[in-house]
Amino acid sequence: METRNTIIEILEDLCPDADCDTCTTLVDERHLDSLTMIALVADLEDSFDIEVPPVAIVADNFNSVDAIAKLVDTLVEDAE
Amino acid sequence: MNSYFSLLFAFVFLPLSILAYGIAPKKARWAVLLGASYLFFWFLSGALVAFVAASTVSVYLCGLGMARMMAKRDELVKEAPKEKRRIKKECKRRMRLVLAAGVAVNIGMLVALKYLGFFSGAFSSLLALAGISVPTIVTSIGVPIGISFYTLMAVSYLVDVYRETVQADRNIARIALFLSFFPQIMEGPICRYGQTAQSLFAGEPLKRENLYAGSLRILYGVAKKVVVADRLNAFIKPVFDNYASYDGGVIALAAVLYTFQLYCDFSGTMDVAIGIARIFNVELPENFRQPFFSRTASEFWKRWHITLGTWFKDYVYYPVSLSKPCKALTSSARKKLGNRYGPLLASSVALLAVWVGNGLWHGAGSQYLFFGLYYFVMIMAGGLIEPVSQSWAAKLGIDRNCAAYRAFQIARTLVVIFVGELFFRANDLQAGLSMFSIMVGNFTLDSFLQGRIFSMGLDLPDFAIVVVSLLGVLAMGLAKERGKDPLGSICSRSALPRWSVWVALALFIVVFGAYGRGYTPVDPMYAQF
Repeated sequence: METRNTIIEILEDLCPDADCDTCTTLVDERHLDSLTMIALVADLEDSFDIEVPPVAIVADNFNSVDAIAKLVDTLVEDAE
Repeated sequence: MNSYFSLLFAFVFLPLSILAYGIAPKKARWAVLLGASYLFFWFLSGALVAFVAASTVSVYLCGLGMARMMAKRDELVKEAPKEKRRIKKECKRRMRLVLAAGVAVNIGMLVALKYLGFFSGAFSSLLALAGISVPTIVTSIGVPIGISFYTLMAVSYLVDVYRETVQADRNIARIALFLSFFPQIMEGPICRYGQTAQSLFAGEPLKRENLYAGSLRILYGVAKKVVVADRLNAFIKPVFDNYASYDGGVIALAAVLYTFQLYCDFSGTMDVAIGIARIFNVELPENFRQPFFSRTASEFWKRWHITLGTWFKDYVYYPVSLSKPCKALTSSARKKLGNRYGPLLASSVALLAVWVGNGLWHGAGSQYLFFGLYYFVMIMAGGLIEPVSQSWAAKLGIDRNCAAYRAFQIARTLVVIFVGELFFRANDLQAGLSMFSIMVGNFTLDSFLQGRIFSMGLDLPDFAIVVVSLLGVLAMGLAKERGKDPLGSICSRSALPRWSVWVALALFIVVFGAYGRGYTPVDPMYAQF
């Protein structure tokens, strides 16, 4: 839950126009574009002390808070 | 034999390769492909085949080295789970050294063979400004065919092993085949190890449907290359070689026609590569997705030479963007400039690296560097004006998704593309600037109105063949944009329509191909890069 809240906080700063909590098309509807994506990944890396590999930067992993949380959980588990 | 379009390749080399593959036992089919690939390389580059072999050995050894480090790491982690983080970090550091060595060897060979003259010339010119005279280094070994393509594939393999997205291969033959597979060695597509290595080695039997679908795709590619691209050369080459003799209207037409020539040449060669691979049951990635329907310069590069764009995105753009200095820049720029322009400023560093690399990848020449920087500026400008454009459209009540606005965006992008290709094709940067200056400053339609245009290498029937063929290519593109697959749907028809299309396409090439008297054979254009 804490992971989810942190992600929502980051997203609300980056895409204020989107309903970040429920949106499932953050990338598809271009709330997140290539620029904000880089900012998001940088924030995630700093907040969770993880390294997001470029191969993971695909729409499916960033379309919703749940997808991002799942990716973060996997990377945190991998790093520990 | 100098390309996929030579008669020796089409009627001897390829049929014999298919035959040998077909009759070889399953276990030995990969060896047939490897033998054919090295033989093809030998035909095109002779003893320079040693360089692709050297790349293969270096990549194999570095991959194995990293695999051993990972195995050792896993053992240590098992023994001391609490030390996992430290052990992993230490392993990563060592792997990074091996990766750096492998990348240095491969990029080093590319630079030594392709760029040494260019860089040493630039260095000499720079020192000459300070009154110091240094001779330019000239390499006389030559450049192996496809070095720019297989080097990027070699680097991608090493990085993917480092990132643990593919496992290091313990079979050097598989790596050798991955790097040298003959349908892709001349012009790509630039494949990833995970995409093709297994299917190249699988030795799947020849299948009737693959033979038909593959040969149909080959014919479509040959038609684009031989009927359109080679024909256009008769007009384009004289204009670019003697641009001072032509008015701005003719130069503008040459820039437009060159763009279509390059598209038909390169995408035609890709059709041939993908078609040949299909015959061997190997699926190569697509390299084009209707690029002329792009609405922005950035989108254009997601549709044109896709495998090069994704290579730069995965191995340059993201690593640079997410490097510590860039992340720090992103963070501070966001605080000062907000969430739109902050990341844009920070990502400009990564974009600059991408576009300098992209430009120079195409060749050791100032015009290629300019070409890369041109797109850097265009894409940055697109990012800067996007919010302004959105707000103006909202104020004026313009629906940015309506057909008219989309058509405007496509037309605007086409102009950007045509100008870019003018510089790209120009013999050097000075020639490109002069041509641009004539095109803008001396633009006139006199040559068109007085019919002189038809005495500049292409006559009226030639132009008619080009226009009709391009309309055919456009129709194919429109169908694909709407989610249809015209060539694929032909393959699923009954024998009569299937073979009618096949024979019609073959006849179209024989009758309308630009070969024989009056035409000069043109080597595949991207092979020189």
